[in-house]
Amino acid sequence: MDAAEPIPEQPSSWTVRTRRAIDRHLPMDHLLPVRQPYYVGSWVYVFGVITIAALVWVVVSGVVLAFMGPQWWHDSRVGRFFNSLHFWSVQLFFIFMVLHLWGQYFMAGWRHGRAATWAIGVVIFGISILTAFTGYLSQQNFDSQFIAVNAKDAMNGAGVGAFFNVLNFGQMYGLHIMLLPIGVTFLVVVHIVMVRARGVVKPIDPEGGARS
Amino acid sequence: MDSPTTYFHWGFILISVPNLLVIAGMIVLFAIAVLAPFPHGGDSDGRR
Repeated sequence: MDAAEPIPEQPSSWTVRTRRAIDRHLPMDHLLPVRQPYYVGSWVYVFGVITIAALVWVVVSGVVLAFMGPQWWHDSRVGRFFNSLHFWSVQLFFIFMVLHLWGQYFMAGWRHGRAATWAIGVVIFGISILTAFTGYLSQQNFDSQFIAVNAKDAMNGAGVGAFFNVLNFGQMYGLHIMLLPIGVTFLVVVHIVMVRARGVVKPIDPEGGARS
Repeated sequence: MDSPTTYFHWGFILISVPNLLVIAGMIVLFAIAVLAPFPHGGDSDGRR
């Protein structure tokens, strides 16, 4: 199908409604802008991009680890390298996610209809913590056993032990390599599309307070 | 590497030195990002 084909006049069709909504809210010059406003010229805006780059490395190294298995990532030199690559890219992911959070907090990034973008970022942060926790439980070593045995009491105390059993390796590993990463990646894509739809928030006007 | 780490204890604050160093490094990095000049392109129409 030709990409330039005009949208037909069939308002009852959900396909037409979807195409019109995308055209209205997310035109290509918003989705892939060539230039940014002058106020985007700050290193603070680089934190979010580095977070995404770290997430790419987390996912790529995680796919290799999942494919090769625990014996490989503990006993072979290349396996230990990928194990470390996965661990340190997670450290960078969290460090730059928090720096991105600080930047957005101090510029009040939720202004002008961007509250949902901020809220989704908060949810991503929460799911990321859960993903990292299940990752520590999936190492298949004494460290992960120590963490699981100590964490079970906290989970039971919080009332979630019945359906979130940290001693159940299969459950923790399944959550870590399947459901939680899919959740993080999906929400990151939604987060980025929402940022692109509305653009970067304007700086706070020192004359007009936070109304700018 | 396997020895227990040292802790910084000040009043009710108790934190391991490695964690303290990471947080201090993040604060320094944030300050640099705010203060360091960002290389701009050649446009002068108010947009980059």
